[in-house]
Amino acid sequence: MSGSTVLVHGSLGGSGIPSTPGRARRWVRRLTSGDEIAHLITLIFAASIFLVTVLLVFELYRNSALPRHKFGWNFFVTSTWDPVAENFGALPFIYGTVVTSILALLIAVPLGVGGAIFLSELAPPRISDALTFVIELLAAVPSVIYGVLGVFVLVPLLRNYGEPVLKSTLGFLPLFQGPMYGVGFLAAGLVLAIMVVPFILSVSREVLLAVPLDQREAALALGATRWETTWKVVVPYARSGIFGSVFLALARALGETMAVTMVIGNDPKVAASLFAPGYSIAAVIANEFTEATGDLYTQALIELGLVLFILTFILNGLARLLILATTARGSEHA
Amino acid sequence: MNYRLLWRKTVNNIMLALTGVCALVTVAILFFILGYLVWNGGRDINWAFLTQLPKPVGETGGGMANAIVGSAKLLLVAALVGIPVGFIGGVYLSEFGGSAFPAVVRYTADLLNGVPSIVMGIFAYTVVVLPMHHFSALAGGLALGVMLIPIVLRTTEEFLRAVPQSLREGALALGANKWRAISSVVIPAAFRGIATGMLLSLARVAGETAPLLFTSFGNRFWSHGFNEATSSLPVMIYTYAISAYEDWHRQAWAAGLVLLALVLVANIGARVILARRQSPARG
Repeated sequence: MSGSTVLVHGSLGGSGIPSTPGRARRWVRRLTSGDEIAHLITLIFAASIFLVTVLLVFELYRNSALPRHKFGWNFFVTSTWDPVAENFGALPFIYGTVVTSILALLIAVPLGVGGAIFLSELAPPRISDALTFVIELLAAVPSVIYGVLGVFVLVPLLRNYGEPVLKSTLGFLPLFQGPMYGVGFLAAGLVLAIMVVPFILSVSREVLLAVPLDQREAALALGATRWETTWKVVVPYARSGIFGSVFLALARALGETMAVTMVIGNDPKVAASLFAPGYSIAAVIANEFTEATGDLYTQALIELGLVLFILTFILNGLARLLILATTARGSEHA
Repeated sequence: MNYRLLWRKTVNNIMLALTGVCALVTVAILFFILGYLVWNGGRDINWAFLTQLPKPVGETGGGMANAIVGSAKLLLVAALVGIPVGFIGGVYLSEFGGSAFPAVVRYTADLLNGVPSIVMGIFAYTVVVLPMHHFSALAGGLALGVMLIPIVLRTTEEFLRAVPQSLREGALALGANKWRAISSVVIPAAFRGIATGMLLSLARVAGETAPLLFTSFGNRFWSHGFNEATSSLPVMIYTYAISAYEDWHRQAWAAGLVLLALVLVANIGARVILARRQSPARG
């Protein structure tokens, strides 16, 4: 494939080293034939994607200058959020985002990786493809619909059944103490878990399928059971790709707005209990942006957006690299 | 020794069964969501719901016609922003790429794709709403359009790359220029796939709520043109679901069902179209 690409480029671009007048004439001919113009136009559009990203960072940075100068790094470690006194500390939001995301991953990673193992190692290809399609549909469900189901189904279930059961069995842990409202970190973590499972599952399945067949055959030939083969040979081989899928899911969870806003309780407090209502970075932006009066308030929210952007930017970058490394290794081997 | 073997076999069976349970649970969630929405929202979808404006608070009935039209408007703006940039950029990546720059563009697009949608909302706010001093369909459409770019870019590139090299060579051998070969041979060959990809990307941004909250905002009446605050289905679902009125809750369910149906139909339709395209080519 790449060989023939070179051929096409060579026949058009003019290989060899022509003399200067020859090169100029050839360049003029290519220009008038339209190829160079087409190249230039498409290049401009492609470059605009890069420029939009740069502009996005610039706008977020420029429009968050006030709180950056006024609060500095204290913005991230203080927990007063007082719009009236114009005193802003983002700790409760960062805490809420981190706690709900970790909770979501604790539930979603076993579920997603387990499901991916089933779909790649056990299920017949036809069934595996059909189920994967259904699961990818799950990823297409708009987040506001998860929010609606969270508010009207999950929250009452948690308040009336889930949280009382947790309190009576694991109530000695500070995690499961205090009044039970239904809304709170636990509800948000659960909704997030459901939302990120499809990402973990479909990417993990992809990297597991990229593990060469002879790795499995070698382990089975040594007398390993199907599970031992999977867990000790196939999964370690695909490890970095699976980590990649987890980072991808984490980035999704950190930035998820609507579903979390609707079930987290929207109370800017740092609480040890998972039953307590909290707040997240994305939720506070969604709730307060239109009501924010004064530049400092609005810019404090924009700075939170910048934080969110940087976090997801780093996580996505890591995820892509890890997934790329694994799938490249698999195809190289095959 | 035999016990050891028995133990290993037991572990094998239990763990393999557990992986099956994981897959089943995940699939079951989708059917639960679908079933619950149909059961809860299906009752309240009727002609009035699809064609009337929202009634004032306290009165029952009314509909979301303005939100449905508003969503369509936002998608139109988004398509005008996102599809040309994504499509032409994708042509560059597939046909003119080769050196280091395409790799930069590809990587940037992937990262842009992962940017939280609410951050896109802030971006559109600072670029459009701040200078214009009011919410508008343009701002919301821009936020959605920027989200479209990376998706359209990558699908366009993918489908163009899938066009056999021999088609390009054939066109060139007949004396066509490179751009001629691309525009009248390569792009038509990949057109169905690219169009499907665009449909899918539109379906994806159609359900976005967060970037619209402070760009297109909301409107309980018809919005005129593209320069006014505009209501949209997802924002309507959100405000209705967190409101305190029983009647609004029921309408939120109904609107949720409409939105989910649109998204799922687009996804399943795309799958069917692509499957039909691929099978004869492979055979």
